[in-house]
Amino acid sequence: MSLNTLWFMIIAVLFIGFFFLEGFDFGVGMLVPWLGKTDDERRVLINTIGPFWDGNEVWFITAGGAMFAAFPNWYATLFSGFYIALFLLLLALIGRGVAFEFRSKLSSPAWRRTWDWVIFFGSLVPPLLWGIALANLMRGVPIDAHMNYVGTFWDLISLYALVGGVSVVLLFLLHGALFIALRTDGVLRERARAVAMGVGAWATVLTFLFVVLSYFETDMFTRHGIDPGAVPILAGLSLFSVQFFIRAKRDGWAFFMTGLTIVLSTITVFMDLYPRVMVSSLNPAWSLTIYNAASNPYSLKVMTIIALTIVPFVLAYQAWSYWVFRQRIRAVERLEY
Amino acid sequence: MDNLILARWQFGITTVYHFFFVPLTIGLAFLIAFMETLYVVKKDETYKRMAKFWGKLFLINFAVGVVTGIMQEFQFGMNWSNYSRFVGDVFGAPLAIEALLAFFLESTFLGVWLFGWDKLSKGVHLASIWLVAIGTTISAFWILTANAFMQHPVGYVLRNGHAEMASFGQLIGNEQLWWEFPHVWLGAIATGAFFVAGISAYYLLRRRALDVFRRSFAISIVAAVVSSILVAVVGHDQAQYLMVAQPMKMAASEALWNTSPDEAPWTVVAGIDTARHRNTWEIEIPDALSILAYNRIHGRVPGINQLQAQLEQKYGPGNYIPPVRTTFWSFRIMVFAGFAMIGLALYGVFALIRDKLEQSRRYLRWMIPAIALPYIANTAGWIMTEIGRQPWVVYGLQLTKDGVSPTVPAGQVLLTLLGFTVVYGVLAAADVYLFVHFVRRGPEPEDEASDAVQLNVAPL
Ligand code: HDD
Ligand code: HEM
Ligand code: HEM
Repeated sequence: MSLNTLWFMIIAVLFIGFFFLEGFDFGVGMLVPWLGKTDDERRVLINTIGPFWDGNEVWFITAGGAMFAAFPNWYATLFSGFYIALFLLLLALIGRGVAFEFRSKLSSPAWRRTWDWVIFFGSLVPPLLWGIALANLMRGVPIDAHMNYVGTFWDLISLYALVGGVSVVLLFLLHGALFIALRTDGVLRERARAVAMGVGAWATVLTFLFVVLSYFETDMFTRHGIDPGAVPILAGLSLFSVQFFIRAKRDGWAFFMTGLTIVLSTITVFMDLYPRVMVSSLNPAWSLTIYNAASNPYSLKVMTIIALTIVPFVLAYQAWSYWVFRQRIRAVERLEY
Repeated sequence: MDNLILARWQFGITTVYHFFFVPLTIGLAFLIAFMETLYVVKKDETYKRMAKFWGKLFLINFAVGVVTGIMQEFQFGMNWSNYSRFVGDVFGAPLAIEALLAFFLESTFLGVWLFGWDKLSKGVHLASIWLVAIGTTISAFWILTANAFMQHPVGYVLRNGHAEMASFGQLIGNEQLWWEFPHVWLGAIATGAFFVAGISAYYLLRRRALDVFRRSFAISIVAAVVSSILVAVVGHDQAQYLMVAQPMKMAASEALWNTSPDEAPWTVVAGIDTARHRNTWEIEIPDALSILAYNRIHGRVPGINQLQAQLEQKYGPGNYIPPVRTTFWSFRIMVFAGFAMIGLALYGVFALIRDKLEQSRRYLRWMIPAIALPYIANTAGWIMTEIGRQPWVVYGLQLTKDGVSPTVPAGQVLLTLLGFTVVYGVLAAADVYLFVHFVRRGPEPEDEASDAVQLNVAPL
């Protein structure tokens, strides 16, 4: 395997980790103002992700850094091309990040309500944008011979992209609701289950619609034929199974299955792209690939050694931190702010 | 306005803003880690309340540091795509390493520290704040590796029209880095120290929670003395390296239009006429520039006009002179702030030793606005470093105007510039408001009953 392929896979892994972890994290954020009827309940909801959300977000930052280091042209084209979308994403992440820390620092209800809504929108907008971005990555965008994006923001918006956006939102919502069911107790847990039941069906329908549309909108069909292979089919099955696990009150399994859906769907997107990283809709020859977008072999070698040395430690202590906070959170305990 | 100017404003505003929060994060993390160490070693609850109180302020600051940092990570791609294509091969690596090595460490262990007071043993809890502090330092090291490359490119080859990494060892062995990193780090420690000292002075003046703030002041004033003296010493060494790396920046920061005599005087202040390339008046200290540049009283320092001629020969026609006034004055502001800091910190230590601190009410009152001094020095330092490098974005390799994204319309850059400025303004207001609120409220009472609801924890 060439280093270029390896780095493509490392970046895929970073996005998988990110979507898996931030998936529930953003889902919880979207649910805060709706599930939490009282201030304490909302604090409990926020505390389910309190110690983790920043660490989870670093997966995204690292993915950005890794793209910059391994595929500078991908980094440059993507972020200068999806300019306004990235701007909206950054505003959402900025608002959401400070909201978690600022919200409980004052006791005024107006102050808290304001930040709760910032958390809501800050958690809703990013998955929507990621879905839109993924759809466009798969379908291709106008990229010229100099690797520059020559479209506008509106070129990114289409029915297909919006379906992609909404399905990611619903998937994250489901994942978040199940996380809450795992991390809380009593009424919150019951409410979270109810939400998961309601959202689950819609998430399945929209994701399925998205896959069907993908056959028409992208070159998946011409490249792979009708049979998409095992990964996407398993992704579909795992999503489908969630319903049954929720009904059987097996929250852990249900959560595991939405997680699996997220992981396998992300793998599907990256498999579909490979070996391209950005598809040009103007001329296939102008697409960015893992070869023409990459750093030189020496840089990739250095980065490989460093990444393979550090990543095991990161995984170990992040896992440890989840283990430290494995207990359910209840409104009756002393809440850390 | 074209998108170059707008992109530069956007970079300047967002980066300076990010760096308002960064140094306090670094400095305060170490001070809190030290306080908690005292708590664990001496088993004295006062130190725990102390760590918790400063921890609150730390967190308010950290939140803004993090979210503005995310913006930094992506803006090279957004506004500087040609720059990213040109140097990404070299420049991306330190950024990626920073995220892997530092950001994961900081964010994970801060979460553990914050939510782990009742869940972890004292030793593990203490270790987590130390890991946060170490994380901030690692972060500074790697981002400055990237910045040092822009100031003084090493370890690369030019191939296919862009810079490719040739030696990772040279990249981190860059001498520019080994002056820049300690200078910035010490400046950050000084920022934390003056912050703690200033707020402690406020409490000493009001005679509130004296047990916490006497000790906070003592710890921080010692840190302030050491760090502000060392930051000046390292800065002096850095200026000598500047003579090697970017003599034009040195000349500009001295408004030295023509090569100096063998015993170069240091200009304290001057009236600068950039159109005619001369100074209308100046106040000078004999020999001091030779000392700054070479550490001895002899030595010519090349002037702007002569360097411009040299650079034209090397790189072709063009204007290689950075904005002289900005570079000159930002350097002076940094240095004056630095000396003021040294003076105030020394006075504080002597007052403490002679047990006169709490009688020196005027001094304590001065220490409150003195919180601003390191902020001023930090900002001025960066402005001098970055503006003094102009017109280059990567010194000698790429001009700033060639680095900007070619296909992003100016209207969009303007939109995001305004958007970030407004949002950052709101954040600043909320941040200051919270700071003031918590400082007014003071440390938690001994029993910490105030925000306790009830205790009942069940396993999963
Ligand atoms: C000398 C130190 C220094 C400098 C020059 C910069 N930063 Fe910074 N940055 C830090 C020191 C730091 C820190 C101490 O590690 C922060 C500050 C507050 C914080 O939360 O961590 C941080 C946070 C921070 C984060 C969020 C990390 C997280 O989520 O935990 C990102 C993505 C960046 N920075 C990226 C950048 C980039 C791309 C910069 C260059 C333009 C930059 N920073 C300049
Ligand atoms: C260590 C990481 C840093 C990197 C990689 C970096 C890189 C850059 C780049 C790419 C530009 C845009 C080109 C230009 O206009 O010159 C720039 C400009 C600028 N940077 Fe930095 N910088 C860093 C840190 C900082 C910090 C921490 C500050 C200040 C707090 C700062 C202050 C500025 C300013 C004021 C400008 C605007 C200069 C101008 O527009 O003329 N930089 N820097
Ligand atoms: C008092 C004597 C000081 C001297 C002689 C000094 C010297 C210098 C020099 C020569 C540079 C530019 C280096 C370059 O462009 O390569 C610089 C930059 C800088 N200074 Fe200072 N400095 C002093 C005090 C301070 C203080 C007190 C602070 C902060 C608390 C500070 C913070 C900075 C920062 C943040 C930079 C930009 C980063 C860098 O290039 O290192 N300096 N200083």
